[in-house]
Amino acid sequence: MEQVIMNKLGYPILSTLIFLPVVGALFLLLINRSRELIIKWVALIFSTATFILSLPLFLNFDKSTYKMQFVERHEWIPAWNINYFLGVDGISLLLVLLTTLSSILCILISWNAIKIKIKEFYMSILLTCGAIGGVFCSLDFFLFYIFWEAMLIPMFLIIGVWGGPNRVYATIKFILYTLIGSVLMLVGIIYLYLYAGNTFDILELMQKSYPYQIQFWLFWAFFSAFAVKVPMFPVHTWLPDAHTEAPTAGSVILAAILIKMGAYGFLRFSLPLFPEASKAMVPIIFVLSVIAIIYAGLVCLVQKDLKRLIAYSSVSHMGFVTLGIFALNIQGVEGGILQMINHGVVTGALFLCVGVIYERTHSRQIADHGGVATPMPVYATFFMVFTLAAVGFPGTNGFIGEFLIILGGFTANKWAGVLAATGVIIGAAYMLWLYQKVFFMKVNPKVIHIPDMDAREIITLAPLVILVLWIGIYPVPFLDFMHPTVQHLLERVNAGGIQETTIAKTIMEVVK
Amino acid sequence: MNFQLPDIGPVIPELVMTGLALILLTAELFIKNKKVLAFASSVGVGGVAFTLIGASGTTFGGMFISDGYSTFFKLVFFINAILSILISVKYIAIEKVNFGEYYSLILFSTLGMMIMASAADLIVLYLGLELMALSTYILAGFIRYDVRSNEAALKYFLLGAFSSAFLLYGISMVYGLTGTTDLKAIAQFITTHGLTANHSLLLSMLLIAIAFGFKIAAVPFHMWAPDVYEGAPTSITAFMSVGPKAAGFAALGRVFMIAFGSMQFEWTAILIPLSILSMAVGNIVAIAQTNIKRMLAYSSIAHAGYALLGVIVANNEGLAGMMTYLMIYAFMNIGAFAVVIMLRTEGFKGEDIKDYEGLAKTHPLLAALMLIFMFSLTGIPPTAGFIGKLYVFMSAIDAGYTWLVIVAVIFSVISAYFYLRIVMYMYMRDPKVEVSVSTSPSMNLALIVTTVAVLAIGVFPSIVVDLARAAISGF
Repeated sequence: MEQVIMNKLGYPILSTLIFLPVVGALFLLLINRSRELIIKWVALIFSTATFILSLPLFLNFDKSTYKMQFVERHEWIPAWNINYFLGVDGISLLLVLLTTLSSILCILISWNAIKIKIKEFYMSILLTCGAIGGVFCSLDFFLFYIFWEAMLIPMFLIIGVWGGPNRVYATIKFILYTLIGSVLMLVGIIYLYLYAGNTFDILELMQKSYPYQIQFWLFWAFFSAFAVKVPMFPVHTWLPDAHTEAPTAGSVILAAILIKMGAYGFLRFSLPLFPEASKAMVPIIFVLSVIAIIYAGLVCLVQKDLKRLIAYSSVSHMGFVTLGIFALNIQGVEGGILQMINHGVVTGALFLCVGVIYERTHSRQIADHGGVATPMPVYATFFMVFTLAAVGFPGTNGFIGEFLIILGGFTANKWAGVLAATGVIIGAAYMLWLYQKVFFMKVNPKVIHIPDMDAREIITLAPLVILVLWIGIYPVPFLDFMHPTVQHLLERVNAGGIQETTIAKTIMEVVK
Repeated sequence: MNFQLPDIGPVIPELVMTGLALILLTAELFIKNKKVLAFASSVGVGGVAFTLIGASGTTFGGMFISDGYSTFFKLVFFINAILSILISVKYIAIEKVNFGEYYSLILFSTLGMMIMASAADLIVLYLGLELMALSTYILAGFIRYDVRSNEAALKYFLLGAFSSAFLLYGISMVYGLTGTTDLKAIAQFITTHGLTANHSLLLSMLLIAIAFGFKIAAVPFHMWAPDVYEGAPTSITAFMSVGPKAAGFAALGRVFMIAFGSMQFEWTAILIPLSILSMAVGNIVAIAQTNIKRMLAYSSIAHAGYALLGVIVANNEGLAGMMTYLMIYAFMNIGAFAVVIMLRTEGFKGEDIKDYEGLAKTHPLLAALMLIFMFSLTGIPPTAGFIGKLYVFMSAIDAGYTWLVIVAVIFSVISAYFYLRIVMYMYMRDPKVEVSVSTSPSMNLALIVTTVAVLAIGVFPSIVVDLARAAISGF
């Protein structure tokens, strides 16, 4: 049976959306650095072109199959049996689109905020987005790892060069945390490659089954990389620092797509490759997820810094995602994937919003604001929509995701479901408290004369509002993408378990 | 009298190299423009590389062998020599030591390395090693008026002499026990007489390992490296950190795999601690350095530790990994040194890592190149450094050394700190002093070659991997 559906579009769509930003970055290299406006426009044109060229993925995706689609496959390094192998399925499709969308938003929001080394900045943004797109499309472990790591180089610069006062500490912490996880995964990848008979082909690796002992160690090797990226408690401490210090665009990349790489890794690799080990580790993951949800939520309540608060809320929200994924039932996993998208949209949007206000007041302290709704009514409205989405208000996308996850979590383990639900309440508390402090209350004299959002900023945020409401009111088109893939994934994961029960049944019958 | 001329086919590259070095040494007397010598020597080395094609087989009664293994290493030596010459031209003029002997000494040293790689006999190995070492001692002290350079040369000479003594001691003991210095004959004698557990033989093997440990700068025989690397002319530091190291690995691989092939268990037990210590000391001490040449010296110690993994694996894949690693290391390390040299201008040392502050602002392109080399030395894809590490790690895991690879990857994360600190200084700080750089066409050429190689091998590793595999297949 053919495992993949080759790309039938007129052009190699996945390669295009990975390498068009890279070409854009190289093109920027040729432009004289004093031509700042041209640099910005070129970056914007390349990212918009990438987004437009990625839309056929959405339109031409075959929703009836779990198979990899739009596949491209070429021989690359025959000595190690490595292929240039790309494809998307229901898990990765939406993340790929989110990536191409984010790069446009990052460029738009940085238009006036970035004032030094402009050329390098836009090159870094394009390279990061290209590499992250590659992570979501790769079906060859070697290729995957190349993109996974290559992304670090521009991201290191984005945080470290254009970040806040404590940026160097934040970026070094970010890179060291990430690297230590990644290199352990590399050991795991090599081990898997050798064990499976010299192949990096992910689909081929998934065909095989591995003894529990090997699954156990490899699960933890991969876990170290993914858990740092997600980030899960207790390796989440790099994220608040990185988020707080990064420039707005960097925070958006981190929140919207970069930390999704971890959760994506669990879905794409950990579950299907090591199903028995994954199932055995569910209690540990549940405990860590619930701690992340509640602990990070409580930490949010005491934050004084806007970005830091949203950063901790990311940890809490990603706790929901890992909980949903490891619930290992259809609601949980679909909720997890949808919540990844939601979190990308909402938290990305919140960081964009913080960027908007930071550009005007040059302060991220909650105490420096107050009554912002008076001078900036449009801004207040946008922020309200995203706050409600982050809280999980019915009618917004956050509700659908969290509802599915809690449903799935409850089915898998009652206590996990209950505790996660308390996380929602804490979430409502800190987000509404934040909103009240910043937008209502007494008008702070510092903010009286600041202008409301301009057209560029509205254009940046508008697509996200549309997504929030669209997914919130009619999520079916998005869930439809995932159905067959998630079903297939769960069949594979639960295959071992079903066998056990049937064996148990037969034994019982024999006993009777 | 029955005298038969030995087959000189396999030694043609060495003979041509000798001729080239002698001609340049003489020509130096008449040619006032030293750039001509630099040009002639780099083109000449390129020419010698072509003679490698026809040279294969054994000669001189089996004392000298030219096979894929030696040819691959000679290629590394040639790359090393040519790139070192290219980055030297302007630099030695700035240091006011623009003497023609410089280039012939580089060629003589390279000749010594070639002989080491081709040695099938311990005596020939020793000859090559001494020729390489003596030439390098002089080069290390080439800046005659500089105390540090003199210190470097003297230190290198004294400790090098010690290591040669260790080697000779080991060789003489092996000769005493087996009655031969021929590598294959030693192996045969050991197996037929069941000497694998002989304590004297173990001791002699240990002595030989110590001597090679000195040459590749593996901990605990690394003490000379930081001082010598710091004091020597920077172009020679680049040359030394790649050439003699690669030559040491070439000899180490051949002697241990062939002569002591039956004692693999014993010598891996010696090399594993060397490898771990090199990675640990190299990477950790490098963090504390403020002089970039010293930092790269410790980094070079650490890289010896990674490459040793390939020898520890003790099979063809491992050796191919080690060879790939060294070839890649030649490009990325000389590339990094090229940037270091460019910061050296009239009256400005440019060796303190603080001198790199804000380089991205004043010289964006140069900073970008340094960024690529630093990420490559860390081993982050899509640079070549990753491929080198991946290959040795793959072979090591395949041979069951998963734990050793885990140790290695953790140390490579530690190394990220000090490599990326340079990037941080360049990109995330503002320039404090006005740094100007010295450029020259040959330097630009070296930078282009190294950068293209680092990126091309990173994306298309087949170029080097296939070559190394083919080279090792007949080993």
